[in-house]
Amino acid sequence: MELLVASAIGIMTTGGIYLLLRLRTFPVILGISLLTYAVNVFLFASGRLTTGAPPVLRDDITAYADPLPQALVLTAIVISFGMTAVVVMIGLGAFLGSNDDHVDDQPDLPEDPAEGQS
Amino acid sequence: MSLFFIVALPFFGALLPGLMNTAGRAACAGVTFTVSLAAFIGLLTNLPAIMAGEVVMARVDWIPSLGLNFTLMLDGLGFFFALLILGIGLLIIAYARHYLSRDDNMGEFFTYLLLFQGAMVGIVLSDNILLLLIFWELTSLSSFLLIGYWKHLPEGRQGARMALTVTGMGGLAMIGGMLILGQIVGSYDLSVILQNRDLIQADPLYVPALILILLGCFTKSAQFPFHFWLPHAMAAPTPVSAYLHSATMVKAGIFLMARMWPVLSGTPEWFVIVTTAGLITMVLGAVIALFKHDLKALLAFSTVSHLGLITMLLGTGTAFGAMAAMFHILNHATFKAALFMSAGIIDHEAHTRDIRRLGGLRKLMPITFIVATLAALSMAGIPLLNGFLSKEMMLEEATHTVLFNSPWLVPVLATIGSLFSAAYCFRLIGHVFMGPVRDDYPAKPHDPGAGLWMPPAILVVLVVVIGVAPFLAEPFVKLVTASVLGGVLDVPTAYFKIWHGLVPALFMSIAAIIGGLLMLAIFNPALRLWDGTPRPEAKTIFDTIVEAAAKLAQSIILPLHNGAFSRYAAVGTAAIVAVGFHAWMTGTVGAPTREMQPAGPVPIAGWLMLVAATGGMVFMHRNRFLSLILIGIVGLMVSIGFVFFSAPDLAMTQFTVEVVTIILLLLALNFLPNHTPIESTVLRRVRDASVAIVGGLATFGLAYHYLLRDAVASPISEFHLANSYKGGGGTNVVNVILVDFRGFDTYGEIIVLGIAALLIYALTETLLGGPVRARLLNRKHDQARAGDMHPMMMVVLTRVIMPVVLMVGFYIFLRGHNEPGGGFISGLIVSIAVVMQYMASGFSWTSARLRYPYHGVIGAGVLIAGLTGIGSWFVSKPFLTSDFTYVRIPPFHEFELATAALFDLGVFLAVVGAVMLSLESFSRLARRAHMPETEHPMDIDPSREMPPPEGTPVREGA
Repeated sequence: MELLVASAIGIMTTGGIYLLLRLRTFPVILGISLLTYAVNVFLFASGRLTTGAPPVLRDDITAYADPLPQALVLTAIVISFGMTAVVVMIGLGAFLGSNDDHVDDQPDLPEDPAEGQS
Repeated sequence: MSLFFIVALPFFGALLPGLMNTAGRAACAGVTFTVSLAAFIGLLTNLPAIMAGEVVMARVDWIPSLGLNFTLMLDGLGFFFALLILGIGLLIIAYARHYLSRDDNMGEFFTYLLLFQGAMVGIVLSDNILLLLIFWELTSLSSFLLIGYWKHLPEGRQGARMALTVTGMGGLAMIGGMLILGQIVGSYDLSVILQNRDLIQADPLYVPALILILLGCFTKSAQFPFHFWLPHAMAAPTPVSAYLHSATMVKAGIFLMARMWPVLSGTPEWFVIVTTAGLITMVLGAVIALFKHDLKALLAFSTVSHLGLITMLLGTGTAFGAMAAMFHILNHATFKAALFMSAGIIDHEAHTRDIRRLGGLRKLMPITFIVATLAALSMAGIPLLNGFLSKEMMLEEATHTVLFNSPWLVPVLATIGSLFSAAYCFRLIGHVFMGPVRDDYPAKPHDPGAGLWMPPAILVVLVVVIGVAPFLAEPFVKLVTASVLGGVLDVPTAYFKIWHGLVPALFMSIAAIIGGLLMLAIFNPALRLWDGTPRPEAKTIFDTIVEAAAKLAQSIILPLHNGAFSRYAAVGTAAIVAVGFHAWMTGTVGAPTREMQPAGPVPIAGWLMLVAATGGMVFMHRNRFLSLILIGIVGLMVSIGFVFFSAPDLAMTQFTVEVVTIILLLLALNFLPNHTPIESTVLRRVRDASVAIVGGLATFGLAYHYLLRDAVASPISEFHLANSYKGGGGTNVVNVILVDFRGFDTYGEIIVLGIAALLIYALTETLLGGPVRARLLNRKHDQARAGDMHPMMMVVLTRVIMPVVLMVGFYIFLRGHNEPGGGFISGLIVSIAVVMQYMASGFSWTSARLRYPYHGVIGAGVLIAGLTGIGSWFVSKPFLTSDFTYVRIPPFHEFELATAALFDLGVFLAVVGAVMLSLESFSRLARRAHMPETEHPMDIDPSREMPPPEGTPVREGA
């Protein structure tokens, strides 16, 4: 089981980094999201893996999953939504403003084709 | 009044002028005046203690671990400077009220002025040198704002930049010097440092510390070779020049030299550096001043010259020199501020400050003439005026000073300096006020109202009173001198007298005055000679240096920082992995302590789906819709993984966040291209893939290793599990941690979330207000539109289940404390319920029915959470202490009431508001791009697409 989780983290990180290094905003945003999953699972796994023992107190049960990483990851998930939304908005604004969704500075753009049409 | 109030008053008062701006100019100036007056009176209440020789202290520990404490100290020296700052400040405020024109933003001006005043008072009252540095930098910043106050003038902007660069660099050097000093002594408190003269002067780091501190002082007080910024700062409005550049800020460097005098002075290094710099500055400033035609430039260079004089006196390291310096600071502040204000009056009335275009003003502006002439004569060193007394003391000190083994060097240069000083004073009187009345002034000059001439007149009264009756000022000056000397030397017993007998200083004085008159007589040939002599222009040199520095910085930064995000990301990833690898290789790894758990077919199936979806995203990311669906699968698998590994709360959160994220990205994709073109070369993709694989292997290795080992120390989770029910009153430990144990974190996080949403809203507003709007309105859709924008099935279904979803949200919220659920999750569920209405029934239909602005919902959430936290203050508990109790209302079961639930309500509202505001902002972009929406409650009847005939009222539900 540990191998599965660790390899899932590694694979999501690999995919995330690869997409992060793409040249257009949309794949970069997806890459960041993928990386977010990987990081969240990584943090969550720092409480080690426990099945069938949610940290909800019950009488006569003494073993529970580690609640602290769960609480931290919970807020991380919500915050990462907020941050994704901001990044998407910035990317969108840049695209709408210049009709170009490259993430890198473009050295000298040829004449904007969209502007020539309208 | 407590010293804290004296320092804090101008800072807090700085909020008022801006608020009073709309109430009129008199109110705006009045409130500023009142604030300064309050601080001034507060200062005076400490006078009896100061006169009794006491030192008033006030202390609050701020960051004791760094030695940074908010410690204030008021002794004679501090009192003297604070008196100058606040007293002249009052006169300047009254003067500025009448000086500024109606086009100037008075509130802005007085805000800057009060900020400056507060920073200045902070410098002179600080007992902690780190605190002093903070105020020191604040004066640089506020003077930058004041010099550049007339933003439309390029000279003002350049002058402000130059002043900030020079004084800012000096300030940086001084930070270094002060830190060395603090390290030597082991304390950053001035009162301790001043006791350790021998320790400091014996330290090998004394000379570096001295040079660094003096750099700060010399730049601030415009000493050679940093004198050039002061004349350029004269582009400021005249009240600023009078206040900052004659009476206060430029004296900050001198103040610091005087403050540090007991521990830094008396060594050969101090003597040579300070005396030489002062002497050069004094002579150079006086010579340049004589040949300036701009009245303010003349006064600026004369200020440079007089600051040099004071510096030289401090440099001699004798008690008499220190006393003369203190006396001259007082005298210079009075006559120079009066002269600046007179120059401002002339500029105001005659519309020019060029001496060549003036003359004969004696008859047209008699009051200004008297004020300016008395001040100028005092500056020239004419007996019965205060400038004479301190200049005489300076010359007296000069005759005893032996620099570079030459007993005549200092006296001769001091006499030359005085000679030119007298000459420019006579030129000022002669060329501006004397001579025939002209008929070509740019405006007809006449005396201004009392508001303008009264402040300088008050100062001139002081000039005359001190000049005639010096014994009045004597006790005070000696008191100040005593605190400068700090017990190292005794205060001189010499009396302040007008007549000292036939001493060398008297002959030097007479020589200077006669020489000054002669100089004025041969002014025209001398000017031709001066103009014919080539001189280095300080501004050109400064600009060249700045340009070279900028070029150097660009040549380093631009190749490194070329705007290619993907390059930074690749370099960053590789660097992080490399650092981690280094840590790995140099650390030790224990043997596995945990058994590998067996994996059944279900987890393997989930893993396969996750891996397939991730792989699909990488290989098919060019199809953006497809990759969006695939990332949904990844998110779903992660949620299921959370369920499997005993984290129900996380699973619910991840699942709901997944829904809103996908909606968000779909909205964005509505505008972005649907395909990513192939641009990168194969080589580049190989490179990126190898970086990615290395990063992935690293995280895999790290995760795999720690999953098979127990934590080295026992985790704090044990505490949470043990106290969740006892202390927090809830059985869902994750929720209790969020709203109780780590409530402060959560509070910060909902604020961040709210700010993110507001940021998105603001960006949307900016986009829609700019040229993008036209593009949005004209854009053609690259996707086929749905035939039915609002399918009836979906409209009906979403409306029917809306109450049910809200009910579920409410239920999840209530059970959160004891069962999986809580504010975050229910907030997301309710948001999804509302988003469904937007999707099914259209934007305008939904927003017309929503009565609460989302900003308000965010704000209410943060407020409720914050107020819940504050509530615990009323029972004398720290912020966010929670409490709970069990109540029973028949016929219900006993149930729990917890303040944490109220906090969770705040979380809930903030999440709803933030999610909805983000999504709404995105769809507002789309809405502008669409056709106007229909106003029917259900957009399901195609016949309504036909426009109704003219005159037929459209009825709802018809």
